[in-house]
Amino acid sequence: MTELISDKLPTIRQTPFDPPAEVTRIREQARVSRLKFPDGHVGWLVTGHHQVREVLGSPKFTNDPEKHHLIDLRFQGEQPEESDKRKAEPGMFLNQDPPDHTRLRKMLQGQFTVRRMNQLSEWIGQIVDDQLAHLRTFDGRADLVKEFALPVPSLVICALLGVGYEEKARFQDDTTKLLSLDSTFKEAMAAFARIQEFMRELIARKKENPGDDMISDLLATGEPTDEEASNMALLLLIAGHETTANMLGLGTFTLLQHPDQLKILKDEPDVVDNAVEELMRYLSIIHFGPTRTASEDVEIDGHLIKAGDTVVMHVPAANRDPEKFPGNPEELDLRRPASGHLAFGHGIHQCLGQQLARIEMRIGFGKLFQEFPDLRLDVDPSEVPLRTDMGIYGVHSLPVAWSS
Amino acid sequence: MKISVDQTKCCGSGMCVLTDPDLFDQSEEDGTVLLLVEHPDAEHEATAKEAAGLCPAGAITVS
Repeated sequence: MTELISDKLPTIRQTPFDPPAEVTRIREQARVSRLKFPDGHVGWLVTGHHQVREVLGSPKFTNDPEKHHLIDLRFQGEQPEESDKRKAEPGMFLNQDPPDHTRLRKMLQGQFTVRRMNQLSEWIGQIVDDQLAHLRTFDGRADLVKEFALPVPSLVICALLGVGYEEKARFQDDTTKLLSLDSTFKEAMAAFARIQEFMRELIARKKENPGDDMISDLLATGEPTDEEASNMALLLLIAGHETTANMLGLGTFTLLQHPDQLKILKDEPDVVDNAVEELMRYLSIIHFGPTRTASEDVEIDGHLIKAGDTVVMHVPAANRDPEKFPGNPEELDLRRPASGHLAFGHGIHQCLGQQLARIEMRIGFGKLFQEFPDLRLDVDPSEVPLRTDMGIYGVHSLPVAWSS
Repeated sequence: MKISVDQTKCCGSGMCVLTDPDLFDQSEEDGTVLLLVEHPDAEHEATAKEAAGLCPAGAITVS
């Protein structure tokens, strides 16, 4: 069979909310296709919903970063050296395979159950209310990202982990550097090392003075080593605030640009649960990857993926796959059955904090538009700065206005 | 219809509880799946199937 080969991962978006048109064209031709990597490796690009599920659900693929050929945009012009490859840090279970992954993730799973997260609803509602009251002090116009979308998940995850919100400055800039595709690899790794240092200090403090928080609970189990605990905490901290923040920011921009859909959300508040799933499907903010490497030869959808081949999954394309979402998957439709989307991933690495994220978004979007029913964009939509330069897509800022 | 769960595969995503809390729960200790109803009535058959399809770890089967 002749296979479609792309010279590089298409990244140029034509519109703020849609995946690059080139990726959609690739999916229409072949849901599993070949992709050239910056280091010369010819790996795979998977753009179909069913096929992404199959790869992420298969134990024949590893997520050990040392095994991956790097697709990171940082390397599109900068050849990575073998020594640059990121090692799987102890405790960084996202980048580990079973049995290490299983052992570490299990230590945290009990903290993120549906029941536990539902119990946080009232508390999260209060954080959202306080932040909306803060937004109102801005006299009719503000940057929604800075004053609402970023602070809400930051406050929530800091409190859950037992990190003082006032300490945020110490890791916020470094988190941005770590996730920015404009950072060189060395800059990103230096930022990562500084966040690790902050976490090591935090773990030492929590051992001395335990609090009523997830890190103290984790340490109390006596299961993880200090190094594992600090990397686990680091992962939760980064995962917990960049992701939801970008969904709140980009999701609000999306709703403001789809007034008919926003009207449904305002008129029928019960739609919010499904609206969150549909916004996640439609926006798919993890816009490059996840990546996996075959540990052994494996056949996916009739294609033989050889041991050592690296596979890049394209979540935004998969979440618009008409085979999974018939009708018009390119349209935002808050009433569409959107469950089964891959925005939280699939397989054993599926987002651990997804039930927390759902509650933050349901309450966040719900209350934002109840309290600010006439919220509107305060600039031309073309002027909203998009995070095309970041590993997690979204908007850098969202100037909004309202009648105060 | 019969539902089976494999706790060794479960990764505690909570998708089953989110889909149908009448059929599934999660352990307080490590978040793994607890099956509440082995033989769902007709009213819950669709959600049992949906939960099996959504489970990221393939830990739920219906037969």
